[in-house]
Amino acid sequence: MEKTRNKTTGFISQLPKNIFSGFVVSLIALPLGLGLALASEAPPISGIIAAVVGGIIVSIFGGSNVTITGPGNGLVVVLLGAITTLANGDLYQGYVLTLAAIICAGGLMIIIGQLRLGILSDFFPSSAIQGMLAAIGIGIFAKQFHVMLANTSIKGDTISLLTDIPGSISQLFKPEHNEIVIAAIVGILSLLIMFFYGKIRNKYFQLVPAPMWIVLLVIGLSYYYEIFSNSEYPINASLLVQIPDNVLSNFPTPDFSQVLDIKFIGVVLAITLISSIESLLSIKAVDKLDPMKRRSNVNKDLTALGLASIASGFVGGLNVVTVIARSSVNVNNGGSNRSANFFHSVFLILFVVLFQDQLKRIPLTALAAILVYTGYKLSAPKNLKDVAKIGKEQLLIFFATVIGTITTNLITGIIIGILATLLIHFVMNKSVLFFIRNLFKPNVLMFKEGENGNYFVSVKNFSSFLNFFRLKRKLDTIPENQDAIVDFSLCDFVDYTVQESLLGYQETFKRKGGSFEITGLDIHGTSSEHPLAVRSLIPFSKKINIGSKSPFTKRQTDLQHIAADFSWKYESKKNENTVNLNTFVFFKIKKINYQNNTICDPAKVFRVSDVEFSEGEFIARTQVRSTILTINLKQEIPKFTLDREGLLEFVYKFAGFKDITIDGHPDFSKRFFLLGENPEKIKLLFTNELVLFFESNPYYHIECNGNTLLLMRKERLASIKEIKALLDYGTRLENIISKAQYEEILLKSPKIKS
Amino acid sequence: MSDTLIHKFNTILIGAAFSPNLKNNIFEAMRMVDFFDCRLNIVHVGEKTDEKENTIKKLISGFSEDDDEKVKVIWKEGDPVEVIIDTAKENSADLIMLGAIPREDFLKFYIGSIARKITRRAHCSVLLLIKPSEDLRPCNHIVVNGIKDEKTKRTILDSFEVAQNLGAQQLTIVEEISHQEVKVIVEDDKSLLKDTLIKEQLAKEEDQRVQHILDDVPRDLKTGILIKTQSIFGKRGYSIGHYAKVVAADLLIMNAPEKTTFLDRIFPHDLEYILSELPTDVLIMR
Repeated sequence: MEKTRNKTTGFISQLPKNIFSGFVVSLIALPLGLGLALASEAPPISGIIAAVVGGIIVSIFGGSNVTITGPGNGLVVVLLGAITTLANGDLYQGYVLTLAAIICAGGLMIIIGQLRLGILSDFFPSSAIQGMLAAIGIGIFAKQFHVMLANTSIKGDTISLLTDIPGSISQLFKPEHNEIVIAAIVGILSLLIMFFYGKIRNKYFQLVPAPMWIVLLVIGLSYYYEIFSNSEYPINASLLVQIPDNVLSNFPTPDFSQVLDIKFIGVVLAITLISSIESLLSIKAVDKLDPMKRRSNVNKDLTALGLASIASGFVGGLNVVTVIARSSVNVNNGGSNRSANFFHSVFLILFVVLFQDQLKRIPLTALAAILVYTGYKLSAPKNLKDVAKIGKEQLLIFFATVIGTITTNLITGIIIGILATLLIHFVMNKSVLFFIRNLFKPNVLMFKEGENGNYFVSVKNFSSFLNFFRLKRKLDTIPENQDAIVDFSLCDFVDYTVQESLLGYQETFKRKGGSFEITGLDIHGTSSEHPLAVRSLIPFSKKINIGSKSPFTKRQTDLQHIAADFSWKYESKKNENTVNLNTFVFFKIKKINYQNNTICDPAKVFRVSDVEFSEGEFIARTQVRSTILTINLKQEIPKFTLDREGLLEFVYKFAGFKDITIDGHPDFSKRFFLLGENPEKIKLLFTNELVLFFESNPYYHIECNGNTLLLMRKERLASIKEIKALLDYGTRLENIISKAQYEEILLKSPKIKS
Repeated sequence: MSDTLIHKFNTILIGAAFSPNLKNNIFEAMRMVDFFDCRLNIVHVGEKTDEKENTIKKLISGFSEDDDEKVKVIWKEGDPVEVIIDTAKENSADLIMLGAIPREDFLKFYIGSIARKITRRAHCSVLLLIKPSEDLRPCNHIVVNGIKDEKTKRTILDSFEVAQNLGAQQLTIVEEISHQEVKVIVEDDKSLLKDTLIKEQLAKEEDQRVQHILDDVPRDLKTGILIKTQSIFGKRGYSIGHYAKVVAADLLIMNAPEKTTFLDRIFPHDLEYILSELPTDVLIMR
């Protein structure tokens, strides 16, 4: 009950923000809907219908949070082709036939959603997606920049639009174009408002977002001319938002007569494919923008989009997809749940029906300025810098996708991005076979560790965007308030897409009270200094940074922080001098390869480190990396080992250790295997206090070689949380043992005396 | 209770090819004979020459002095797969030992095509060794499959016998819970909760089932062995190998597969996964 109420109050408290965001989005959706429809050679209102129907249906049945739905950019090409060719040039007939195709495509999308094929969206590499977003940004920027300068007639592809920008600017200074100068100035001022809005720190000014300021100012300007000024409104009617007078009156009827025609089926498939991919990509991209980092249910969303497309098609609208540009505007304006999408539809209806007159006063240049800014934000050079830092190869993927998308289209662009990523992975690992052989292997193992309930996930072979869905499927089933450990020790290659996604998981877990740790990455070589750089065990370049030179992983940075917190020293380097460990019986039958990630206190009493050791003469068999704590004792105490499992009993017995029972503590003796060379002395050491300590604390494997204690939990690397617990346990144990004043007990003991 | 009758290895059969591994293979086999106190058949497929005979004689010399019956060397010509399978049947061998070959780097092991065929078609148990060695490697930790299958009980009972003979300290019975069993696709927080609950329930059920089997294991077979059960989530047959590798087990014991067809090799399942990438020594129980 409580939870539901919280949800409801949360929803209500966020409602104003979402209504507002929906309003802003609707202002952008209005001209975009008209424009996209016109570009597809469909009646202008069909774009608005798609946005209205999409917003209402998807906000009710959808599964994502901050996405906005409506007519999509990527589909203009397909729809244009369909409308102009299906009826051999008869545009109206082509339009009603296309409506039927849209309805059929909607049906197919419902099937995709119901079959839960939304997992397809995980097959796209991160850098390629970033490239695609940048390309969309460039596309929006290139076209809208001209519109902002009042040059609405310009046509062409993105590259020619970009090169034409100086032309549009110089046009403003020609005397014959005087009538557009005011409109262009309005556009440029609007853009300046967008850019400098964030810099003005006045709380009253900030109450209204920048796009709204622009709209209010331009409508105000037109009323100024109407009421106070004698001169005529200086912006030409052709540069103002145009809305047909008989909106929402007569709906066309879809024509299903060609359902079995090959050409028609081709159109249906193309629409389905492109709208599914565009929507999935947009949902995945928008999820990254979601300030609350929620998980979108893509299958539910696809079903809802299919439903919306069917409904839209029946009332004469274009098909409905999730659109990245408007969704990002929604996020930028504070949209936080699906109601924003709903309100964007409501406002669209309201605008078209009630405020036709006012809306007709908004210059296109002002709206274009908002879009120019949106485009700039999507393709911001800052994104490029971020990608470049991760590695040169990511930059290559990014540019391949950007250029591919700009010169061809969205779908081809993303395919080029995927192929570029694959090629780079092949080159990096110098092997294609490695990927082919392991691609179809279920490389992820998950189990819940018995004693502490950690979820342990181990990944084998390679982990990249190709098989990330397997890892993701497992990770998605871990409740975010639990502790998870993902281990890549057995994994030869981990790409950026996977690491970036894992970082997302890490944040989600942190926010929801769990922990998510990644281990086993620090032994891999990297391609750059960035923490998320591609990591591979297979050397991929001469300049490869191995081991000590690699940039720190998240775990290593965290270790550094722990060390700093205690003002201890942290050393990441591999140390092959491990003589001090060889005296422990535990390592007697093991070969210690090296020690790294060491944390040590100034007095050199406590020392936490990762040890790699192997058993037997063949390393591959049992190569283990494990985190251990050693404590140098101030005084010598008898050698002993305390173990709960008696796992290594035989080795210790070999070393001359005997079973010891502590009198008066049957429960302790039952739970622990205590072995040692000198039972009498050990019995004296195990005071009531020490026994109680062992009984009431979590279990660790403990061994003493006389001067030093060795503590470890498991034969695997410990997570940060576990290391903290280990340190806490160790310091308390040291406290008790050093306090015990063993020598005194020894002297007092009558047995030893005699 | 014929059910709980422990099946014991009486005759071990090993194929001898004159490769650099011959010595290690034979030493491994002789150690097994020692552990299980049974007979050994060494089968050589190919021509019998004095040189070869001497080599083998020399290798087994320190071993078979006291009892000629214990080691038998069989010389036969023909297709290696057929010969080994037939000889195993004729001599009523109950364990065939096969060595694996390392491929790619030295961290992964694959089983050759002959050994694969034998594994699929043998009538008796098969032991696959990833790296036969001259010296004794202690077998500390054994992982056994605990999947829901009628053969599982037999396998678990037998693995206790094996564990006792090899002197293993720990035996982990692994229940694999596959994605299909959970039947929930996690899409949002609601389905996540459902998934978690179902998995807990399944893990509990699986655990109870295995505990039931464990109750039937004679007490003396269990002494000195730490018994653990672990539910893992992953692809059936493949994940248990992955698990064995993660916990650095020394031996993995699996049920024998159902008769495999050509299709199984294209769409591998259970044992085929293990064969494609041996995680450790694997014993397939029949």
